[in-house]
Amino acid sequence: MWGVPMQPDADVILDVRDLEAYYGESKALHGVTLEIRQGELVTLLGRNGAGKSTTLKCIMGAIPRRYGSILLRGAEVISAPSNKIARMGVAWCPENRGIFSSLSVEENLLLPPIIAPGGLSVEEIYTLFPNLAERRRSQGTRLSGGEQQMLAIGRILRTGARFLLMDEPTEGLAPVIIQKIGDAIRLLKERGYTILLVEQNFHFASSVADRHYVMEDGLIAEHILAADIGGATERLHEYLAV
Amino acid sequence: MDMIFGVPLPLLLGQLVLGLINGATYAILSLGLAVIFGMLKVINFAHGAQYMLGAFVAWMMASWLGLGFWYALILAPLVVGAGGIVLERVFLRHLYDKDHLFGLLFTFGFALVAEGLFRYHFGSTGQIYSNPIPGGMQLGFMFLPYYRIFIVGIALLICFGTWFVIERTKLGAYLRAATEDPVLVRAFGINVPLLITLTYGFGVALAALAGVIAAPIQNVSPLMGSHIIITVFAVVVIGGLNSIMGAIITGFALGLIEGLAKVFIPEMSNTVVFVIMAIVLLLRPAGLFGQEQ
Amino acid sequence: MFKNPRSILIGLVLIAIALAAPAFVYPVLLMKVLCFALFASAFNLLLGFAGILSFGHAMFFGSAAYVSAHTIKVLGWPTELGILAGGAIAAVLGLLVGLLCIRRKGIYMTMITLAFAQMLFFVFLSAPFTGGENGLQPVPRRAILGMIDISNDRVLYYVVLAIFLVGFGLIYRVIHSPFGQVLKAIRDNEPRAISLGYDVDRFKLIAFVLSAGLSGVAGATKAVIFQLASLTDVHWGMSGEVILMTLVGGIGSIFGPLLGAAFIVGMQNQLAGLGEWVLVVQGLIFMTLVMVLRTGIMGLLSDMSHRLSKFREQK
Repeated sequence: MWGVPMQPDADVILDVRDLEAYYGESKALHGVTLEIRQGELVTLLGRNGAGKSTTLKCIMGAIPRRYGSILLRGAEVISAPSNKIARMGVAWCPENRGIFSSLSVEENLLLPPIIAPGGLSVEEIYTLFPNLAERRRSQGTRLSGGEQQMLAIGRILRTGARFLLMDEPTEGLAPVIIQKIGDAIRLLKERGYTILLVEQNFHFASSVADRHYVMEDGLIAEHILAADIGGATERLHEYLAV
Repeated sequence: MDMIFGVPLPLLLGQLVLGLINGATYAILSLGLAVIFGMLKVINFAHGAQYMLGAFVAWMMASWLGLGFWYALILAPLVVGAGGIVLERVFLRHLYDKDHLFGLLFTFGFALVAEGLFRYHFGSTGQIYSNPIPGGMQLGFMFLPYYRIFIVGIALLICFGTWFVIERTKLGAYLRAATEDPVLVRAFGINVPLLITLTYGFGVALAALAGVIAAPIQNVSPLMGSHIIITVFAVVVIGGLNSIMGAIITGFALGLIEGLAKVFIPEMSNTVVFVIMAIVLLLRPAGLFGQEQ
Repeated sequence: MFKNPRSILIGLVLIAIALAAPAFVYPVLLMKVLCFALFASAFNLLLGFAGILSFGHAMFFGSAAYVSAHTIKVLGWPTELGILAGGAIAAVLGLLVGLLCIRRKGIYMTMITLAFAQMLFFVFLSAPFTGGENGLQPVPRRAILGMIDISNDRVLYYVVLAIFLVGFGLIYRVIHSPFGQVLKAIRDNEPRAISLGYDVDRFKLIAFVLSAGLSGVAGATKAVIFQLASLTDVHWGMSGEVILMTLVGGIGSIFGPLLGAAFIVGMQNQLAGLGEWVLVVQGLIFMTLVMVLRTGIMGLLSDMSHRLSKFREQK
């Protein structure tokens, strides 16, 4: 159902090559190339405006003007509509969390349609994030920032998508909450989800990820394995410094 | 004879019933405008023309095919709604990323074409459509035709049915979410463009339905659309386009107020809605129901 | 006044054409074009340079037509005073409607202006002094300043040309003034203009009043030319027509509305015998322009000259 794998290595879930993207006249990505394998947790690090969120949006098909190649389990999706890409087992947790104010917490949670079996049940999600259960009848945007983030993560776990695109899930949250989100992400990794995580919080990223891509000016500037992270710390600080 | 504020009771009640019927039409039309605006961000200027088309399709079905009111009640909205779907797929779709005023101007152009063609073919005087439910009730203080009861009933049914679907069902949750952030909803795997097309078709069908039920109580005339659409715009300004319930309540309320104006200040019956709009703009600039972006 | 040499050239050529035109074309038709060119230019000041789509400009045009017709015909005022009165009333009306509609944004302003225009239509429909369906007629063509006899169409033509040039010149000046620059800044990015400290609503209101007043002058002049003020002038169809003229010529281009007015008036003249087909044709033009030519004739021309110069460079 994922299309005919063209890669010799069937393990590769996402293969992005020479990805370019435009907002109006301005070019945001200048040829991004990256690869993610089954079950990996990979981060995209970099400053504001480096092109991390844009890369996620392109993979999700949410930017109209994108060029290059994006293979999803071997199938080319560079010009596929966003809803088709979602149906191929990709789910996106956007930067602004995307909680709908005209929907209740539970409606928000139930909104994304089930696209494959094997997703978490509503009860499991409420067990993972008990705060949501308490406030299921509230208006979605009445939740605190941390709760909204839990809701944004929770709702894409229901759908059965196994490849998650998460855009700065820790942004603007208190350390306690960040820890909770980190626990949830580690749990997902244990369960075999493949995750591409956009982060500015390097400490958080290094605590969960297998590999890191560092972006700068719409390009991948560096690729660092978790094992090598110690030697790269100084360079990373340079990349991430404002 | 009973009098209220110097006005005979039957006259007052009669006008109130008429006002309620006008209000029902306003409610259905402004509801359709609000639903369309939510998803398309287009003010559908063709709404009046599509209301007129609904009445004419009913009339043509009756005169040319011998199909009566009850067929028309179902078929005319389907036919006109299907036309709306074609209009959206072929034209409107390409205007969403342009300035919103172009959608308004395009649908205005469509309204001119529709009105012009029907005026050319049928003239401006209008056609008679016979009452499907003749007779009425003698209430002692006034005579109440059955058809008027039917209109108010069916309008309430349509309005609250639509409200229920949008506010209380899964489909409605998709619509509400897509109104807020269509890109994200699409990224969840929902075919938002299809949802938009169907929404426009539904809004247009609502306008046509209002036209069908108006056909037996007024002349089926090519001018009926442009007469009513401007008043409905005022209703929409008063109620705002963000609240389904707001559109319904404002529609009925203004119909009633118009009915009262006909009795107490007849010289203002045509303008009272606009005067109320001015007052609302002075006192509550954002409209009676909620905020706008 | 015209700083750009190309504009000077275009301006001079247009004035030369305008001066010579009555020798070739029926003067009443020319006057109608001038009237609507002024109306469309005033409308374009609002739509093209402040980004406000009014769907009620007929109320300014039509009210002024009634006021000038009434003051000249019934009160016996001199023609020039009647026209000024029309413009003044339209400006006051613009102030009132502007104050109310500026409280809402974008598409709502459009609906509000349309609704107020409709209200005024009903007022004029039932007001005793408007002559109902027949309109106010015949408005006498009294000599301008007591000396210029305008009963002759050709003489009146030059008077109308002068009115047009004054009105158009004013619009040109406004657009190129610092005020006009602020308007354009608001049109392009309102939040930014607000953050720069501009009182955005006040700028919009002034533009609204100016546009309404000049539309009024156009309507008042129209009443003098045709010796008639009627319900057509305040009908929503008139509001639609002025939008169409601006759209045809090119929204936001200075000379566009002139071309648009000439095109639409010319077309109406050709289709006069066809009745309802005028509506159909207008509707089709609306639909076609919105779909394929949103920049109008002027956009097409600048696009063509752009391509031509590119083509020359390649050679």
